[in-house]
Amino acid sequence: MSVQEGPVASRLPDSLVGYWENDLVKIGATLAAVYLLYVVAGLLLGYGLSGQLNSLRRLTFLIVLYSIGALVVNLHWGYSGLFNIGVVGFMAVGVYTTTILTRPVAGQNPTGTLPGLGLPLPIAIAGGVLAAALVGYLAALPSLRLRDDYFAIVTLAFAEIIRITAKASELQEFTIFGTTVGTGGGRGIRTYPNPINQFFEGTGAPIVNAVSGTIDGPLVSGWTFVLALTFVLVCVLWVIVRIVESPFGRVLKGIRDDEEATTALAKNTGSFKIRSFIIGCGILGLLGIIWQGSQGYISPSLFVPQLTFFIWIAVIIGGAGSNTGSIIGSILFVGTIYLGPGYVRRLVEEFVSLSGRATNFPDALGALAGGDISGIILYTLDQTSALRVILTGVLLIWLLKRRPDGLFGNRREMASSIDVESRVRDRQSNDSTAGGEE
Amino acid sequence: MTDTAVGGYDNVRAVRVREIVFLTETSEGCRRWISAMPSKLLDIENQFLLQGKYQEWPHEHISLLINIIKGEYHKHTAVLLRFWCISLQIIIYGVIMKMYPHVTLGPIGTVRERLPFAEHAIKIAAIIFGLAVLFDMFRQLTTGELTIALIAGYLWRGLSYGLVIGLAGVGLSLTYDLLDFANFAHGDYITLSAFVGWGVAYLVAGFGQFKTGSLLFLGVGGTVYPQDVGISVTNAPIAILIGLVMAALVGALLAVALDSAVYKSMRGAGNITLLIASVGVAFILRYGAVYLFTQQTFGLTADSWSYKLGLPGGTVTITSASLLLIFVSLLMMLGVHLLLTQTKLGKSMRAMAANQQLARVTGIPSEKIIRRTWLIGGALAGIAGFMIALLQGTINYQIGWTLLLLVFAGVIMGGIGSVYGAIVGGILVGLITRVSLIWIPASFTEATGFAVMILILLTRPAGIFGGDVS
Repeated sequence: MSVQEGPVASRLPDSLVGYWENDLVKIGATLAAVYLLYVVAGLLLGYGLSGQLNSLRRLTFLIVLYSIGALVVNLHWGYSGLFNIGVVGFMAVGVYTTTILTRPVAGQNPTGTLPGLGLPLPIAIAGGVLAAALVGYLAALPSLRLRDDYFAIVTLAFAEIIRITAKASELQEFTIFGTTVGTGGGRGIRTYPNPINQFFEGTGAPIVNAVSGTIDGPLVSGWTFVLALTFVLVCVLWVIVRIVESPFGRVLKGIRDDEEATTALAKNTGSFKIRSFIIGCGILGLLGIIWQGSQGYISPSLFVPQLTFFIWIAVIIGGAGSNTGSIIGSILFVGTIYLGPGYVRRLVEEFVSLSGRATNFPDALGALAGGDISGIILYTLDQTSALRVILTGVLLIWLLKRRPDGLFGNRREMASSIDVESRVRDRQSNDSTAGGEE
Repeated sequence: MTDTAVGGYDNVRAVRVREIVFLTETSEGCRRWISAMPSKLLDIENQFLLQGKYQEWPHEHISLLINIIKGEYHKHTAVLLRFWCISLQIIIYGVIMKMYPHVTLGPIGTVRERLPFAEHAIKIAAIIFGLAVLFDMFRQLTTGELTIALIAGYLWRGLSYGLVIGLAGVGLSLTYDLLDFANFAHGDYITLSAFVGWGVAYLVAGFGQFKTGSLLFLGVGGTVYPQDVGISVTNAPIAILIGLVMAALVGALLAVALDSAVYKSMRGAGNITLLIASVGVAFILRYGAVYLFTQQTFGLTADSWSYKLGLPGGTVTITSASLLLIFVSLLMMLGVHLLLTQTKLGKSMRAMAANQQLARVTGIPSEKIIRRTWLIGGALAGIAGFMIALLQGTINYQIGWTLLLLVFAGVIMGGIGSVYGAIVGGILVGLITRVSLIWIPASFTEATGFAVMILILLTRPAGIFGGDVS
């Protein structure tokens, strides 16, 4: 696969260009740049070692999870041409199934918490992944004949139905076949304990005690968990790369480029699309289990559609069709839009002394009319979560207008093993140079 | 299936000319063969060949043709050329058919592709399900679990809710058809214009008594409460009306401004690109509303007059808000109907919706029509937003988003591009979601609407009216 020199490569000295072409170097360099930014921000905010480590832990945690989501979206959209905007629904199915499977059975559960089936965590995780894949099958089976924008509406409606079901008070606690289970409704439900935390609270406690002089104890289990998640990311990347480079993946790329042509080559495109969709949904179920599930508590409000589009924008930044692009897109999205506004707010509060307070917009506006801009700045900084989404929207539109291919969209892998288009390009460039000589 | 215009005229449609069957859209090979000319023109010339059967022509084709003949759209010579080309083709066809009466100009006999088994199964299942539901309703009525008053209450609420959905759907349906993308920001046009409309209504009702800023921002942060302002349909009709007009204005301006800022430079960028861009617009609008109004849910109206209609088994409460809603919605729908049938703008809009290329060829200024379509669609969305807030008595930043998927359900049900379909579809969605309360718990009201939409998409993606209503 030939790599076209991007704008970054052209600005680097020749000796470094060779390194830049390596995908790992690209990811590492982007990650290092974002880390550096946050270390500097941490220094400015006066964080100690523990504070710095914790800030980087949170950054890495989100980057890894968004990367997994982005890789799946890329498998669906970038490789198979399936426009899935119900990502969050499949995550919800995974994590809710696992939670209900692991909750202690009725009678053994602590008072005030919901009972479940009391299965061990590994079996429950497998159950959650299978449930997400099954729901993916149900969503994809009838919808594959639809146009891609109808498919998008169906997946979104599916995700909303799942969220409404999880929120329904009727399913908060119910008894079926003599077993009492429940989703917790709008109040949410406590999830399973994180095994890594359990390890460091039990047998691993001496390790925590040994380092507790230099850094905070919880950081040990936190970073171990992040490393475990990174391992999961590597596994997911390996699986997806294996899939898209196999004959199966070539058919997927063929479907994306021209479904009719692929059908003409006697490939049952529907079956390939369904299988690709199911694999992705299973991984999304796993993502929900290790993301929201690991936080100890889930509620339907965690699974709102905007999370889907947060994952989507990571893919769009990186460029659909490139796994490296998806990971770099996730790093950039989490580093700038997702966590950025919060840090900017803390930095402003640290270094700019702003008097006056505004708890609502008309007050802030009134202060502004009186010549006091600190009110509106404080109010704006308080609205971090709204600003994050507004920024996402602005970036989405800007990217689609200016760089619809994203950073690595030009690296879209061809369905055929020979790059036919490059031959055409070569011929055209030869013709044009030949024409110039005449 | 991929590029078939769903909901428009170019649907699966077989036209018989003597023994010759033209399949305009179903057969790929045939479509390639005739792709040189717009299918609508082909239809017109086919109808010429039918001689004397023009009473079967679709109404709009006749008017279009008459317009062409009268020279109403003869602004460009291209139209004239096109017309002569058609005439020439007609003569050629006529000659061929005179000389070789048995010649075939297209595939014969393959009028319809055989439906796969799954579709038959789905259809039969839907019919059985519908019958079972009806049967169960009568059973519940006889046993007394269900009363006439209860059903009437559901129907009344479903109708008012459905009218709002239909009103909001008109704009969505038209722009979906004209620009070929699902506008996910439409729900947030509803939200933002409802907020501004209600702010202005508060300002008018409480002017002088409270601070202007608090009134305009609906008393965000607990500075003004609805009981203080005491706004309702009967107490402050002027404020409500001014707010309604304001909501329509804001909706219209918002739609046009966003079109020229975002969508205009992306025409023809592909439906998925535009869809994602509209999600970006939706985010900016929705969280812009959060920035201005926070995530608070505002109570809006004070108690007002209502009428209790006595029916067997209880009463149905008819509020002044729902009466105003039904009156305004019907007025707006009548207005849209008159606009579409009586004015030149409406005719151009319908022509564009039916066949965009042909409309351009006939000299309709497409950009201007698109702008006016946004204007009308945005205004109706604004009115729908103001009305749904009035009906519910509350407003928050998600009001439009919650409505959006139901609006999509109505639009798809009615067939994309069909204005009347969107209205009828919207009313149906409203009725279905409310009447389903007989069997399904209230938590699932919206889920029922979405499920119905998915079912419609799977079974009849062209809409239940076959998409031939526009």
